[in-house]
Amino acid sequence: MHKESKIRDPLILGKKTYHDITKDIARPVEGKANKYWWILFSLSAVLMLWGFACMAYTIGTGIGAWGLNKTVDWAWDITNFVWWIGIGHAGTLISAVLLLFRQKWRMAINRSAEAMTIFGVAQAGLFPLIHMGRPWLAYWVFPIPNQFGSLWVNFNSPLLWDVFAISTYLTVSVVFWYIGLIPDFAMIRDRMDKTISPMRKKLYTLMAFGWSGRAKHWQRFEEVSLVLAGLATPLVFSVHSIVSMDFATSVIPGWHTTIFPPYFVLGALFSGFAMVETLLIIMRKVVNMEAYITIKHIEYMNVIILFTGSLVGVAYITELFMAWYSGVEFEQYAFLNRATGPYWWAYASMMTCNVVIPQLYWIYKIRTSFVATFILSIFVNIGMWFERFVIIVTSLHRDFLPSSWTMFSPTFIDIGIFLGTIGFFFVLFLLYSRAFPVVAQAELKSILKSSGSEYKK
Amino acid sequence: MENKIIHAIFDDEQDVLSVVKDLRDQKIVVNEVYSPFPIHGLDSVLGLKETRMAITAFIYGCIGLSFGALLIYYIMISGVGKSWPMNIGGKPNFTFYHNLPSFVPIIFECTVLFAGHLMSLTYLFRNRLYPGATTSSPDPRTTDDKFLVEVIYDDNKKEVISLLKKSNVSEINEKDEV
Repeated sequence: MHKESKIRDPLILGKKTYHDITKDIARPVEGKANKYWWILFSLSAVLMLWGFACMAYTIGTGIGAWGLNKTVDWAWDITNFVWWIGIGHAGTLISAVLLLFRQKWRMAINRSAEAMTIFGVAQAGLFPLIHMGRPWLAYWVFPIPNQFGSLWVNFNSPLLWDVFAISTYLTVSVVFWYIGLIPDFAMIRDRMDKTISPMRKKLYTLMAFGWSGRAKHWQRFEEVSLVLAGLATPLVFSVHSIVSMDFATSVIPGWHTTIFPPYFVLGALFSGFAMVETLLIIMRKVVNMEAYITIKHIEYMNVIILFTGSLVGVAYITELFMAWYSGVEFEQYAFLNRATGPYWWAYASMMTCNVVIPQLYWIYKIRTSFVATFILSIFVNIGMWFERFVIIVTSLHRDFLPSSWTMFSPTFIDIGIFLGTIGFFFVLFLLYSRAFPVVAQAELKSILKSSGSEYKK
Repeated sequence: MENKIIHAIFDDEQDVLSVVKDLRDQKIVVNEVYSPFPIHGLDSVLGLKETRMAITAFIYGCIGLSFGALLIYYIMISGVGKSWPMNIGGKPNFTFYHNLPSFVPIIFECTVLFAGHLMSLTYLFRNRLYPGATTSSPDPRTTDDKFLVEVIYDDNKKEVISLLKKSNVSEINEKDEV
């Protein structure tokens, strides 16, 4: 058996047996939802419906319903898209990269982080879909044999790379998630009483795919997980690199930057971890996972946030330096305008939330406090939204022709759609937390005797 | 041949490892082990061959890479590309290798797409896992906290049982099956 140093903090608290883990993970699925769940769910559902109404209005009326103008022709839509994609990155990082590095603390949080990834990428996907104006023709983005004459997709375009990257990312993440879920669904299936809840027993039997836990199956399971992690790791880096190339391959000052791919990937991990923390700090209370999602897990994530946040700060400063060093006055102006122009407040919010505030995590008391972490994670979420807004809107609003310089103001439709995706995301996440095993219990059981507090004495 | 089966149930994975080793040393057939999570080191003790899932992923990845490259070659260069040449952003499409840098992202994505999905489908297929399949585990507690070792015996029943009783076994169930 794998031995672990006694000095290392335990990952599972309290006196737990294998059966306790089973009971704890199955409880939210078997029990009834509490009041807070219903309140949160209703609020999210209302937001979601409002968002759907705004989307329907946009599709019925046209993109003119948004605050876009001839100068700023990309704004909230693409900002929200990149924000959600970025949030989607932590899930795969936790389950794939941390698996390759054999980080055992991932086991308590990977299931929920992957759920967050899938739901986040789904929200992101909505934005280009609506922006097309005629979403029922969305299949035109794929290279399908057609009768439209010369209408074929352009493989030189980063927008098509996006189509391939995001659809691959979404589907591979779903598969990775589901392969891990099968043994846990089987656990729930085997606990369900046929006489008490026949429909649910049937449902979980269906979802468990007939898993029985044979030695050969486990052997394949482990290898498939490892290979999927190996595939998902370069995939996750490629997805956000490609998203950044939507901007970086253009010739707009402020976008035309070679630093974009690593800078976007780091920013995505940074925001993704912040969203994982926001969700898990609430979830561990609501579904009683305090013994599995401990302050140690939060601290590890805070260290990653501190690291990626500092690197994002370095990227911001490098951008400014390169703009000055390039000697190109348009480039220099784009960055000067960002920091001191009419959108200075957006730039200042971005710098404060992303670079200054995460530095508080150097303080041990802050990085090991649930309350402080929760507040700071909200700041990071806001800061990363502003980062995308700054990159997109401030680079566009003062273009090459001073007569067309203008500002962007969102309409209530813009705001409605954004809030709607937040609602939709939470609706999906709340449903998930009631119907799915929220912690990868099979994996967790395998580390109980090496990392459980009771067995470390 | 008529086989008789004993189901020995254990509470700890270490006991499973040692008992399987002892049984196999005595040339007793351990037919299967059902466990709630993967037991490290069981593969070699049980004499399982290495799985070839990773090899299939490599093959599928090669197929995906070729598919992506051929798709792009047809659409951008040879087939459609010839009838409707596109010159966008100063990136004309006369030859494949000149354009290769901007084709790399999609070729890469196709590689991952094929390797990931086809390997997972192979995994489900080889394990006979599909929606609607029923579990073959003889005891539902094996997804919770029990480890079940399935032993086949013919005329050495006493020997098997005495060996099992020497270990930390929690239950021994005899099943007579054909």
